[in-house]
Parts: sequence; structure tokens; C-alpha cells
Amino acid sequence: MTRILLLTSAAAIALPVTGAFAEGELNLYSSRHYDTDERLYSDFTEQTGITINRIEGNADELIARMEAEGRNSPADVLLTVDTTRLERAKDAGLLQAVDSDVLESRIPGNLQDADNEWFGFSQRARIVFYDEADVTDPPQTYLDLADPQYEGMVCHRSSTNVYSQTLLSAVIEHHGEEAARDWAQGVVNNFARAPQGGDTDQLRGLVSGECDISVSNTYYFARALRTDVDGLGQDELAGIGYVFPRMTETAGAHVNLSGGGVAANAPNRDNAVAFLEYLASDSAQSYFANGNDEYPAVEGVPLSESVQQLGEFEADPVDLSAVAKNVAAANRIFADVDWE
Amino acid sequence: MGIRRATRIPIGTAAAIVVAVLCALPHAGVLVAAMAGSVDTVSQLAATVLPRYVLTTLALVALVGAGTFVLGAATAWIVTAFAFPGRRLLEGALILPLALPGYVAAYAYTFLLDHPGPVQTALRDAIGWGPRDYWFPEIRSLGGAAAMLTLVLYPYVYLLARSAFLMEGAGPAQVARSLGRGPLGVFLTVTLPMARPAIAAGVLLAMMETLADFGTVAHFGVRTFATGIYTSWFTLADRAAAAQLALGLLAFALTLAVLERRSRGGARYATRGVVPAPRIALRGRGAVLAILACALPVALGLVVPVGTLAAMAAGSEQSWTDPRYLRFAGNTVVLGLVAAAVTVGAAVLLGSLHRVRGGRPARWALYLGRLGYAVPGGVIAVGLLVPFAAFDNALDLWAERSFGIRTGLLLTGSIWVLVLAYVIRFLAAAIGAYEGGLASVTPNVDAAARVLGRSGWGVVGRVHLPVLRPALVTAALIVFVDVAKELPATLIMRPFDFDTLAVQAYRLASDERLGGAAVPSLTIALIGLVPVLLLCLQVARRPVPGARTRVPGGAG
Repeated sequence: MTRILLLTSAAAIALPVTGAFAEGELNLYSSRHYDTDERLYSDFTEQTGITINRIEGNADELIARMEAEGRNSPADVLLTVDTTRLERAKDAGLLQAVDSDVLESRIPGNLQDADNEWFGFSQRARIVFYDEADVTDPPQTYLDLADPQYEGMVCHRSSTNVYSQTLLSAVIEHHGEEAARDWAQGVVNNFARAPQGGDTDQLRGLVSGECDISVSNTYYFARALRTDVDGLGQDELAGIGYVFPRMTETAGAHVNLSGGGVAANAPNRDNAVAFLEYLASDSAQSYFANGNDEYPAVEGVPLSESVQQLGEFEADPVDLSAVAKNVAAANRIFADVDWE
Repeated sequence: MGIRRATRIPIGTAAAIVVAVLCALPHAGVLVAAMAGSVDTVSQLAATVLPRYVLTTLALVALVGAGTFVLGAATAWIVTAFAFPGRRLLEGALILPLALPGYVAAYAYTFLLDHPGPVQTALRDAIGWGPRDYWFPEIRSLGGAAAMLTLVLYPYVYLLARSAFLMEGAGPAQVARSLGRGPLGVFLTVTLPMARPAIAAGVLLAMMETLADFGTVAHFGVRTFATGIYTSWFTLADRAAAAQLALGLLAFALTLAVLERRSRGGARYATRGVVPAPRIALRGRGAVLAILACALPVALGLVVPVGTLAAMAAGSEQSWTDPRYLRFAGNTVVLGLVAAAVTVGAAVLLGSLHRVRGGRPARWALYLGRLGYAVPGGVIAVGLLVPFAAFDNALDLWAERSFGIRTGLLLTGSIWVLVLAYVIRFLAAAIGAYEGGLASVTPNVDAAARVLGRSGWGVVGRVHLPVLRPALVTAALIVFVDVAKELPATLIMRPFDFDTLAVQAYRLASDERLGGAAVPSLTIALIGLVPVLLLCLQVARRPVPGARTRVPGGAG
């Protein structure tokens, strides 16, 4: 018994386990969960010689870990799939301002934090998909989703999902908390079924007929256009229509911004800044476009073929850091109107 | 005696105390964090979400308890009381669903049974129903979660019930039969009541796992304590509310841990001189019914989900030949081996402390050791991360001020804190197996060894460990399977670039790559099957558990 214990202990000690602080390293905490991102990271290493050490997980858990680790946290860069979580990290004092001409000139103003603590690198529009056979008059705005004419037709994700929280936060920013509450109540009244599943499940619900109208991110649809996704073959996709809904008369479609910032206690700060600048480069930006069917944040970078099929759209130009501050109010509303 | 030992604490006792303190660490952390919340937090929780969490959790635990009891006890009775074709095969196969994580079963069954899935689509096509013309049970529900957890947890009850039935021997059942009872009557009035403590222990283990489950209920959107703590802590960033909910869950867990321990306490038998009961041979319809009853849990708990995953994986872009998969599998196996070895060591220390010293503190150390089995991995992870990081940072500051050197995060982010989380989470399983073996070594053996000059801990090292090797192996195998399936703690605490199969399954599932996620999920099930098959072999070789562990010769 003792022998086995000693042997396994020795084996475990020999494992490479600690985050590196040596030069030429970058420690990345990321909630981007895309298996196809491997290329994005290996290209950076090839270009710069900087090795990337990664921990991937849920953004809230990564933030909790950074908070616990405090001033000795090995994290250099935090990447998330949604700006509400970057704003949360900023509020907790986990990020630091970055002064970079490259980032300043390439990332549009509304896609970065006013204090330069985080920058957006890719956008995904959260839009309305519908069954063309059953819906002749699809919702043209987000507010329309609460219209009683769509009673029993709307499918949506649960309120625990960050995309749901950010959408309601944006509605609050544009229309105020009172109107947002009425809207959320109206959407709940229109549900075809209890909120469940992921974005792909909302689209599959359209195919199976359980849903007539669904809300989903663009890249899941674009991915299905490009490759085989179970239950979403080209024939099924042909029956699905989509609308880039408007937030208001003057504001276009709601956008989920994937972005990142440099950690407050980053041990490899220079490498961290280099990495963010790399993410804004043409090669990385076209990778976001082609690898994961996202809309690049940098203007002028061509869209992937599948995303081109969806078409260009007018994005809601709202200040995303302002939207992110409404997330607590959004969660309150979700609880009040019983949006599961 | 006297002067010689008065001030000296034996190493074994000291080590056991360290284990108990470490086990208490995350729970103490929760307690401290809960204190930080005001009474307002409590009353607000009580007015809003708390009633729902309590009711849902109670319902889920009760359903899984009832489900595992019925499946586990009934199948154990059938394979021990009757003889029918295929009995030996099914006797082992009934353990297999233990290899499947609940969240993987949930993933497979959701694909199979939700509205766009093959089953409902086939029904619509065959009968000509429109998309909403019919009712079909919703898999993403409380009932669905209870079904998933029952299917993967009933083997705990089965294993313990089967041993207990075998150990009862022929005597009591023969007496009852001679008094005119039929087989079912004997089972209900004699066999089952006699095995009650063992079955209760199995059901309570399944209930504790249910309380700790996060993956399955989160996938189905069922609001239990575990998902509630998670939502409060992470989504709403309300630490105080999360900690107070966790405290509620701990109270629940402690009740189960104490009950489980008590019921095991009653599970002592005179194991010597048992004549195995002759099996009643079944033919025709009876045999078919017996085969069906035993094959159904295996089919639903293993064959159907694994088959579904295999079909999903077939068309995916993920490939086993990718060198990354060798790494994922390697990390999973290494973590499982290290954690199994350390956990069994800790179980031996706590179990022996109780045996060697006895008394109330030792008993409470055992409760504390079992508690983690009912606590979600995420709670244990954060409960360890906070104090360990605080310790590391304090050490770093002190070293910098005193010697001008920085130690950084010495322990946090290393594999060891993660292993500690596994130990705390799964110690109950190891303690259960170890104590089960220990019960078969009568106290007379200890007394004889003491008379021959061994110290209390000397008896453990020289007598208990050698004869209890099978029990230790069983404990290690169970912990290994549990660690290979574990997700929430691994996700929060793992070191850089140290992904396991469970983590990869989670990543692909988050990205909604249905087929892709099936590949690592299937691999977890396959890796889990290896130790479970070893358990099956143990079952096959040792018809009566404890028979081999008996001390030979006059000492017993």
C-alpha cells in the first residue's frame, strides 16, 4: 500500500503542473469554448515564439478563481464570449487599462471599454429565426417577440444563459426597466415550451415543429450552412427564414461581443498586450470569420462564405459596457416574470 | 502504559486528525461565508427561491431513493434467489451502469427523446401526428433527472443488497418456506427486512450522490440546491446567498451522512458458518421474466445511452486518433489513480482511528469524512480555492518581507489541491468499502494482536491492511470511477493545459457540437468500464463478500 502511494505520488510530482512565469509564455484564462480555436492559438505561437498556457471554463468560474488567486494570479489575459462578464471582471478590479495604438485604431469605439480595460474581437448577432411554412409575418423588432399574435410560438433559452441576460440588459438600456419587464412578461406568455437547450436546440425546434419562432446566435446557423449539424441538413435549413431584428427605430440588431482584457496582476504583461494586438490583426480576424463563422470586429475584414450568405447587418451601436451594467436588473426581472 | 505514552500522539492518530481537519476546511469556509450575509439575505431567500429549491431537492432525492431501492433490491434478489439462463452474466452486468456519469446519460437521452430527436420524429412519421398534436414525457424535467440518476446510481444498492442477501444464508428463508411462504412472501417478510441496513446504506449513498449532482440537473434545468448555489454564486455574484444555500445543503448532507453511518452500524452479521441458500430454478415464463427484469436496467443504464453516443459520435469531427485525446485520457487516468490512492489512504486513517481509539471525536471525524459525498464538487472547489489561495498569498507576502523572495502561488493551481478536492468529495465511498471489510475482522483479532505486543496502529499496519486488501482494492476502484466522471471541481481547479475527458466533453457540449461531445463522453464510459469490470470479476470470484477476508486459524 505504502509503496503504491509513494509511486503514484512520485509520478504526480513529476507532472508539469504549474503555470509558467518564464519569458516567452502567456497564461490565458478563456471562456471561449470553441474547439476550432486551436489554430488561433498555434498561429500566435508560430508568429511570436510565445507559448500559450490555457485554462478554459465558464467565465464566472474563471473570475472567481482570479479573485481567489489575488495578487499572485498567473492569469495574463481573460477572454470571454460576452461583455457582461468582462464588465464584471473590470468591476472586481481584475483587469488593467491597456494603452495600445494598434487596438485603439483597429477596434471600433463602441466595441471597447471606455477605460480601455477590455476590447471586443468578434461579434455574433442574436437574431430571430422562424419557420417559413407557418409564419408569414415574422417579428421585425425584439419588442415584437412579446406581441400577443405570437402566443404559443416562441422558443428561447433559459435565463441562466449569459446571452439571454445580455439581451434583456440591452432591452433595459434602450427602453427602460419598466418596459423591459413588460416585454419579458410578454415573451414568457408567448413561449411554445419552457425555456431549454442551447442555440442549436432552438433551431432544431423549428425543424421539428415544436417552435415557430426562435432566437439564436448567427454562427450556429452559419455553421450548419457550412458543415453537417445533426438535424440541421441543407433541406431543413431551406425552410428556416431569419430576420435581423431592430432594437429601436435607430438601433439595429443586438450583438454578443466576444472579447478580452489584460489581467490586473498579469505576470507577462507585454506578451498579454501582444496577444490582444494579435487578435486584432487581419489574420486572427479572418480566423474568427472562417474558423467560427463570427463577424470580425475590425472593419474591412472579409466575411466567411457562410456568413456572407446571412448577409451584412446593421448592429445596435449601443455602448456595451453600459448594457453590461444592467445585468443585475435583468436577473431580477427574469425571476419576477418566472422566465425559467 | 503510564508515563511512556502519555504525551506522545501516535503518527497514525496525528495523520487521521490532519485528514479530518482538511475535510472540514471547505465546509468551514462555507460557514464563514454564510456568516458574512445578513439576516436580510436569509429572509429574502426564504421569501423567493428557497421553498422551490427545498421542494425540488426533496422530491428528486426521494424519487432517486425509491427508484434505486426498487431497481437495486429487486435485481439483487432475483440473481441471488433464482437460477435461470444467463444469470451469471447478468449478475456482473448489473454493475456496469456505474461507469456512466449522470450528465452523460442525460446528454444521450436528451438527444434521443427530445422533440426533434429520433424517437419522437419516428412516432410522428409513423402515426401521422402533427408537431403538437400529442403528449410525450418531457425529458428535461424533474422526472427525467430522477430517471437518469436512478439508472446510473442503482448499482450501489444492488451491490450492497446482493452481498447482504448472500450472507443471510439458507437458514431463515428455509424456515419461512417450511412455514408455507412462497418465494415472494419469503423475500418480503424475511430476506428484505434482514438486509434492511445494507440496503438503506446503498440507498443513502445514492441519495447523497443525488444531492451533490450538478451536471444532470443543470442539463435539464431542474432547480435544486446545487443549481441554486451555482446561480447565486456565479450568475448573480451573490456570495452570501450562495453560502447560505450551501449551508442548507450541508445540513441536509449531514443528516444523510449520519443516517448512512447508523444504518451501516446495524449491518453486522455473524458471517461464519453460513450455508448458501440453494437457488430456485426458473423455467419458461418465469425465466423470461427474470431475464427481462435484470436485463432492463442494464439496457437502459448502459446499452441504450452508449449506443446512442456511438451513433452520435460516428459522424463527428472529433477523432480518437487525435494526439490530444491520448493526453485527455492520460490526464483522466493519472488523476483517477493518484486520487484513488490518496483517498483510500485517508479512508484507512479515519476508519482505523475509529477502530483503534473509538469515542465520539473519532465518530464525528467519520461523519465529516462522509459529508463531502453529498456536497457538489463546485462548492468544495471554491471552498478550497479561497483558503488555499489566501494561505499562498500570505506566505508569499511574508517571504517577500522577511527574505526578499517570492513564493507565488505554491499550492493553488497545482494538481494537489484538485486531488484534495476529490478526496473530500469521494472519501465516503472509500470509507464505506473499508469499513465493510473491517467489520468482518472481529475485535478478538485486534485483542490477540495487542496481547502479542502490537500497538493500536501496529494492528492496523500488520493485521488489518494485509487481510483487507480486497476491500482496499474495491474502495480504490470505486473512487477511480468517480474521479474519472467528476466535472465541476475539475473545471474550476485544474492546472494550465491539464484537460481531462470530462472537460473536453463539457467544452464541446457548450459549443453545442452534439456529435463531437459524444466522443469524449463515450471514452469516459469506456475508461470507467475497466475498473467496473474488475469489480464484476471480484463479485464473480467472491460469491460472499468478506469470505476471503476472514482471518484464518484460531485468531478469529
